Amino acid sequence: MKSETPVRQWPWFARGMRGVFSAPALILMGAFVGFCGFAFEAGMPLGQTVFMTAAVWALPAQIVLIGAMLAGASLPTAAIAVALSSMRLMPMVAALVPQIRGKSTPTWLLLLLSHFVAVTAWVFTMQRIHTVPREGRVAFFAGFGLTISVTNIVLVAVTYDVISHLPGLLAGGLFLLTPVYFLTSIWASARTPEIQYAMVIGLVLGPVFHVITPEYGLLLAGVLGGTLAFVLERSINVMRRRNGAG
Amino acid sequence: MPVSLSMQAFWPYIFIAIAGWLATDIWRWLGVLLGKRLLEESIALIWIRAVATALVAAVIARLLLYPSGALAATPVTLRVGAALAGFLAFLVFRQRVVVGIVVSEAVFLGGAWFGLR
Repeated sequence: MKSETPVRQWPWFARGMRGVFSAPALILMGAFVGFCGFAFEAGMPLGQTVFMTAAVWALPAQIVLIGAMLAGASLPTAAIAVALSSMRLMPMVAALVPQIRGKSTPTWLLLLLSHFVAVTAWVFTMQRIHTVPREGRVAFFAGFGLTISVTNIVLVAVTYDVISHLPGLLAGGLFLLTPVYFLTSIWASARTPEIQYAMVIGLVLGPVFHVITPEYGLLLAGVLGGTLAFVLERSINVMRRRNGAG
Repeated sequence: MPVSLSMQAFWPYIFIAIAGWLATDIWRWLGVLLGKRLLEESIALIWIRAVATALVAAVIARLLLYPSGALAATPVTLRVGAALAGFLAFLVFRQRVVVGIVVSEAVFLGGAWFGLR
């Protein structure tokens, strides 16, 4: 960080922080209120619900973890279930890192900041990062990631007691926010067609592989669906180029 | 395995730290190590982005078809119908995420409300 001018970092950090008032951030807060209701119903104590939000910071993984704890799963079983649901974070972080890191960004800082990567931070950053100069990108991401996670940790702590009075219909509506938000925001942020192919193929293959093998369904749908989308885009590209030449 | 009282109080936190925190952050750390070797707009990065997207799509389908919590009590046709209506509205209205969210919530809450009576 020393070779980068510290004066220029703060404005970008502050601009990242302001992202807490963006539509994706507000929708995520709604989804976390929904999660809070789920945790309350499941009998998760307040302290554990807050700790989990800070430590895991990925809604599907937290839902899987609570499910495993409720079922009385052993530590290794619960860890494998959560690890499988969180596997998607590896390609997401791998895709984000080349976009945000500067020439002199230390690896330890990237490892630390990677904790904030979840669908919301990923979509938010991928949509806006090309408007941020290279030297401000890490600060921008850090400002957004830190603010959005601290806000939601506080939100979970504050709404936990309120949530018991929430009618089931409203709780269902809040739970519906996550899938619809994921679907539309990733579609809107796609700048190349293979992202949209991957979305459609993943939506179809997800349930198919879930029925065949519930444990590895997500992984298979992701790797096969993503590869299929990638190959499809490449071949369409080649065909177009051939037609254009002829 | 006999555990002391203080251990019992801390056990859920240790459980969450290992089965939740470690099981999730390990992928983020591997992602950093992998991403550092990738060049922006390389073929490998395009493939990895497609895999990440398909994985999230599979998560979306699972949240809608096999939900947990308050959604589990609602009919599957209502959940899928609401998501589909929201997505179509999103496409029609120049890909505005907020339009998609509002329409799907309206269909879901309206459908659940009238379905209940």
